[in-house]
Amino acid sequence: MNTMTRKEIGLPDLLGNGKTLKQHRDEVLARTHKTGYYNGLEKLEFKESDPITYEKLFSRIRGGLVHARETAKKIAASPIVEQEGELCFTLYNAAGDCILTSTGIIIHVGTMGAAIKYMIENAWEMNPGINPGDMFTNNDCSIGNVHPCDIATIVPIFWQGKLVGWVGGVTHVIDLGAMTPGSMSTGQVSRFGDGLQVTCRKTGVNDTPLRDWLHESQRNVRTTKYWILDERTRIAGCHMIRQLVEEVLEAEGIENYTRFAHEIIEEGRRGLQARLKAMTVPGVYRRVAFVDIPYDHPDMSLASEFGKLNSIMHAPCEMTIRPDATWKLNFEGASRWGWHSFNANQVAFTSGIWVMLTQTLVPTARINDGAYYATEFKLPKGTWMNPDDRRTAHAYAWHFLVSGWSGIWRGMSQSYFARGYLEEVNAGNANTSNWLQGGGMTQEGDAHAVNSFEPAACGTGACAIKDGLNHAAAVWNPEGDMGDIEIWEMAEPLLYMGRNVKTNSGGYGKFRGGCGFETLRMVWKAQDWSMYFMGNGYMNSDWGLMGGYPSATGYRFEAHKTDLEARIREGDTLPLGADRNPEDQGYEHHISATAHVKRDQQCTTTEAIFENHDLYLNYMRGGPGFGDPLDRDCASVEKDINNRFVLPQYAEKVYGVVISQGDDQVWTVDVAKTATRRKVIRRERIARAIPTRDWMKEERARILTKHASVQVRHMFATSFGLSAKFKDEFKSFWDLPPDWELPESELGVPSFGSTYRMDLAKMPDVRTVTLVEE
Amino acid sequence: MSIYTQEQVNYLVEGKLDWETTMRMLSMPKDEERFGMYLNTLQSKLPWDDKVILPISLHLFIAQNKKTKQWVTKCSCGHEFGDYRKNWKLEALIYVRDNAEAMHEVYPALMAPDTNWQVYREYYCPTCGTMHDVEAPTPWYPVMHEFEPDIEAFYKDWVHLPLPEKAN
Repeated sequence: MNTMTRKEIGLPDLLGNGKTLKQHRDEVLARTHKTGYYNGLEKLEFKESDPITYEKLFSRIRGGLVHARETAKKIAASPIVEQEGELCFTLYNAAGDCILTSTGIIIHVGTMGAAIKYMIENAWEMNPGINPGDMFTNNDCSIGNVHPCDIATIVPIFWQGKLVGWVGGVTHVIDLGAMTPGSMSTGQVSRFGDGLQVTCRKTGVNDTPLRDWLHESQRNVRTTKYWILDERTRIAGCHMIRQLVEEVLEAEGIENYTRFAHEIIEEGRRGLQARLKAMTVPGVYRRVAFVDIPYDHPDMSLASEFGKLNSIMHAPCEMTIRPDATWKLNFEGASRWGWHSFNANQVAFTSGIWVMLTQTLVPTARINDGAYYATEFKLPKGTWMNPDDRRTAHAYAWHFLVSGWSGIWRGMSQSYFARGYLEEVNAGNANTSNWLQGGGMTQEGDAHAVNSFEPAACGTGACAIKDGLNHAAAVWNPEGDMGDIEIWEMAEPLLYMGRNVKTNSGGYGKFRGGCGFETLRMVWKAQDWSMYFMGNGYMNSDWGLMGGYPSATGYRFEAHKTDLEARIREGDTLPLGADRNPEDQGYEHHISATAHVKRDQQCTTTEAIFENHDLYLNYMRGGPGFGDPLDRDCASVEKDINNRFVLPQYAEKVYGVVISQGDDQVWTVDVAKTATRRKVIRRERIARAIPTRDWMKEERARILTKHASVQVRHMFATSFGLSAKFKDEFKSFWDLPPDWELPESELGVPSFGSTYRMDLAKMPDVRTVTLVEE
Repeated sequence: MSIYTQEQVNYLVEGKLDWETTMRMLSMPKDEERFGMYLNTLQSKLPWDDKVILPISLHLFIAQNKKTKQWVTKCSCGHEFGDYRKNWKLEALIYVRDNAEAMHEVYPALMAPDTNWQVYREYYCPTCGTMHDVEAPTPWYPVMHEFEPDIEAFYKDWVHLPLPEKAN
């Protein structure tokens, strides 16, 4: 041969077949697109010809992934990882497609896959090189990560000199050096305040982290102890899984392993389609969700004035299930990304959906990229879930991710209900907040940051056959754990003054949403301390279902200059327990009359100083309700009142019960009088309501005169700007004249960034990975 | 796959099925027979004898009018909202909680949305006053047509049941 081999001219041949990783991935994609089957696998020959070995491979690998996660998390010191289980390990084939994953935050099936695909697309094998024993670290939100605090360690797996796959491990770190302490910070308007971001950087060779990485990364975060132990957690888990794969390859051979690594994905693709056909009804489902961005407020301290405006995030969802059980999720009409930290990458949006659907549609241990290949997504470029500007901040992408998906959830529930699978119906989910975050110097004298993961146990939505669960779960975290008070008090200089069910927080209904809970925290022995709030306040982010009400919104309570030090010393009364009804302002009776109290709906704030003995109420939201509340049986309402799940006056007004309280303080519902009262309420409803078409005329008049708050108009203006279809449908529905327009320029608020964009794809030497229809 | 009795499906619809069976329903592959049994349960509870074709809410059904054979959206009380392909909400009564006073009838102050951001639209049956839906959109938001089922494909290819006659 008179031509040099790839090796001689310095080209790596990781696959041993002369093809680059990109060529290999392109071929997999081409076969998939051409045939409709993953990698062209019309038949699952291995599975069908040798099912015992196939299942043995599945069980061993899946068991190993879960085992690695459970073992590795004991290395971590961060309560987020060790208590709440915010970690996950995933195995990929050479093309970067997920084969199997552990339990945990499985949104990272897609996010780590996106990082691997980015390395493949951008020829990482040439530079910086991919070798056995390497480690790569990624948390870059512009190539798929949810938010920068999810740090991924990715390790290539070689067998007999050839790359056969990858393993990734992710942990949610407690701080990553953003503008303000905590892992999901506010205040930054762009990526440049989001904290340390690392783009698939080689951070280890020969199974050893590089010293420059260790030094640099630790000094870029506040919580070095947690940071380094989280890194060791990820590395240990990845290496356990790599060893497991080596043992499997030794036992079963490379041929069987490779066939398994592709067929299991095609099996996953077929599995989703089969479940759609088994559980749903074909048709078109439309839903929508919103969340507030209340940035025009004195307690939102922003470095950039152009971010200081109120707006609303908008996620309209059209879900089409076709007769052949294929489906499409279309979010055309969504609002534009913004100068806040609630933006999300397309992969975070699509991959997070599986977290939700594994709890109903695909409750299986075989979670992999098959579900992705079975789903068509449309996420228009420029929206909050697919920004077209590399400057966007993503630190608290969950602010709307969790509820931006709720339209799918409610649509699926409509389908389960129609089909009679009532046990699967779920009215929705809590906006899983408040997030108590902040930092400073702790009682131990350490520089520290906190992100209380108590919202991992919010109220769940009502089902069609039972109430939602109280303080039980978060849709994004299958562990459903609020954590132990003692552990949080060790990690944070914040004493618990109470931890109670949050009365009236669950949405009303025939079956009510689960109640959230609230904890009152007092700053104690801190040495410089700041905190802030993160959650919904002016709006609900999820609806009820079929006549059920949405859950209660959030609110904020904080108190400064409380004089609690003196009250404790003097044995005076203290603010303890629940803030049962915020209208009563109960805590204020037990603190100084001159205390500085903030009690309002501004549930997103920026870093504020808290002195010792200041108070902070951490209120976790409830879930939405199902069905007309007048259908709720009297015994359940009576139980709710006596358990303080609902205030008596709202039980009377909403549930229509006639109640009385005995000398023993126990409430009783009069069933006969309630039946009569409910008939009256139904008549009152009819009397106060008007025909929908009449109301539409009134609303149309308000639209013609542009009568709405600036945040409502801003939301519509940005959605109109991205989708002519959405605008046309809006104008058509309201029968607006052709010249009716709503340009952003007429709103009188900053429109910085609305015209000129800075897309990642415009950077030199960058090939972006697009995984949705844009 | 598990098989359930008509009695168990009746209990499910009532919300009174024992937890052990409910757990089996959740964890085992779905029973294709459920839909037919579900229709039987619903039909037996309704005060009218038009044929239920597809339930779309707790008290709303796509049903075949016995006389005209037209498919309509119908309340459990018997009120008809018109052609099943149309958005029933446009033929309902509506009450909009678009001010603080109306909001605070259902949630305490600070626990209800600010109506400059979000309103609640309650849709009632004009005859019986049942609340069929509560929307929680921003002001101006169009009334969403939430569900357009492909009933023909569902009956024919998915649950393998004869499609009821349709005159519209």
